[in-house]
Amino acid sequence: MTVIKLNNLKKIYDGITVLDIEELEFETGKITAIIGPSGSGKSTMLSVINGITKPDTGSVSFEDYEFSPGSKTYPQDKRRKMAMIFQKPVLFNTSVFNNIAYGLAARKISKEEISKSVRDIAVTIGLENKLEQKAVTLSGGEGGRVSIARALVIKPKLLLMDEPTASLDPKNISIIENIIMNAKKSMDTSIIIVTHNMFQAKRLADNVVFILDGKIIEHGTCDQIFNYPENEQTRAFIHGDMVF
Amino acid sequence: MFLSLEVTFTALVFAAIFGIPLGVLIGLKSFPGKKIIVNLTNTFMSLPPVVVGLIVYILLSNQTGLVGDHQLLFTPTAMIIAQFFLALPLMTGLTYTGIMNVDKLYRISAVSLGAAPLKVALTVVGEARFSIYSSFIVVFGRLIAEVGAVMMVGGNVRYQTRVMTTAIAMQKGMGEFQTAMALGIILLLLAFVVNGAMEIVRSWGRVTQ
Repeated sequence: MTVIKLNNLKKIYDGITVLDIEELEFETGKITAIIGPSGSGKSTMLSVINGITKPDTGSVSFEDYEFSPGSKTYPQDKRRKMAMIFQKPVLFNTSVFNNIAYGLAARKISKEEISKSVRDIAVTIGLENKLEQKAVTLSGGEGGRVSIARALVIKPKLLLMDEPTASLDPKNISIIENIIMNAKKSMDTSIIIVTHNMFQAKRLADNVVFILDGKIIEHGTCDQIFNYPENEQTRAFIHGDMVF
Repeated sequence: MFLSLEVTFTALVFAAIFGIPLGVLIGLKSFPGKKIIVNLTNTFMSLPPVVVGLIVYILLSNQTGLVGDHQLLFTPTAMIIAQFFLALPLMTGLTYTGIMNVDKLYRISAVSLGAAPLKVALTVVGEARFSIYSSFIVVFGRLIAEVGAVMMVGGNVRYQTRVMTTAIAMQKGMGEFQTAMALGIILLLLAFVVNGAMEIVRSWGRVTQ
């Protein structure tokens, strides 16, 4: 089953095509890693999928809705089924509790339910003792965990992650990877993760998409891409032999 | 002294009521002519007080004014109206700048977490709150020290429309430099106390938020 599908998608900035995808489907309940060198269009793809950036041609199909150049963005009911985590944790200038509760409050969920959900997920991310602390005073790793908890607490159908562990230490990377794996298992969330870290892609992903100059060079299961790549450029990239 | 504070604070409150939402709207919305509106706001931020005083005088004047029938000229209300028009572009422009200085990722994060447009706007305003609060201090400073417009539309009438600044100007005109200087020092102390109080409130907000 497909959670989201890209059709003839193009994004052009200043006459340069940064994204050019004929067709790509993301499987429901799986973790898909998008890999590729810097500037290859990975983050742009995520941004288009999330409805932050409009495509210039083509569309993104999510459930029964097509996000296309003519659309403003996703309707609220679709938008609320997805969440995005950015490389730099964007924490609001309020308490950790309020940060995690943000998406739930936006959905007008009762205070009791919000309190329970926030406290439950705080235990999962190991920050149950810091709920009243100002979020901006947290360390980078703790901030990263809060931004993931904030997205997961709304139980999104689709979770988009743009290099969520790029600037973290190995301990926090491990904690966050565990949270991601648990989210996939316990909530059946489909996850698309952009990463530069080949080891992380191997550890987490069911499927892998290799993108270069905005085009999909190869995609398949994690085993296929890392052990039996069909394309020369894919092989060169995963072995670190690619010259940019 | 009390009339100075009354006129200043009333104009400040009205300028905030209209200017803050206007600044937020300009900062967050895309619409045709936005650049022109921003340029006009920036231009009006440096509007000479005497020009504002002149326009308000003409509007309120019995002979030429559109609202001349209301007998508002040479009343504290006229002074508040003039101060309001001086403060509005400042409040709008400074709020707009504060909103624009908030990293756009805050807005994107709020949207991606499913917030409705009003909640997104309130979130961005929340992130810009210290900048917006600072605009109160700047606008207060401009209004409490203003003399040209309030002199023109207030007329410096004793016990009615004489404020600290117009009293200083009058004392100087009469050659009473010592009295003028004393009033100047009192005005400065007044501004110091009010600004100090505002700063305490602002730092209290930083700690408790």
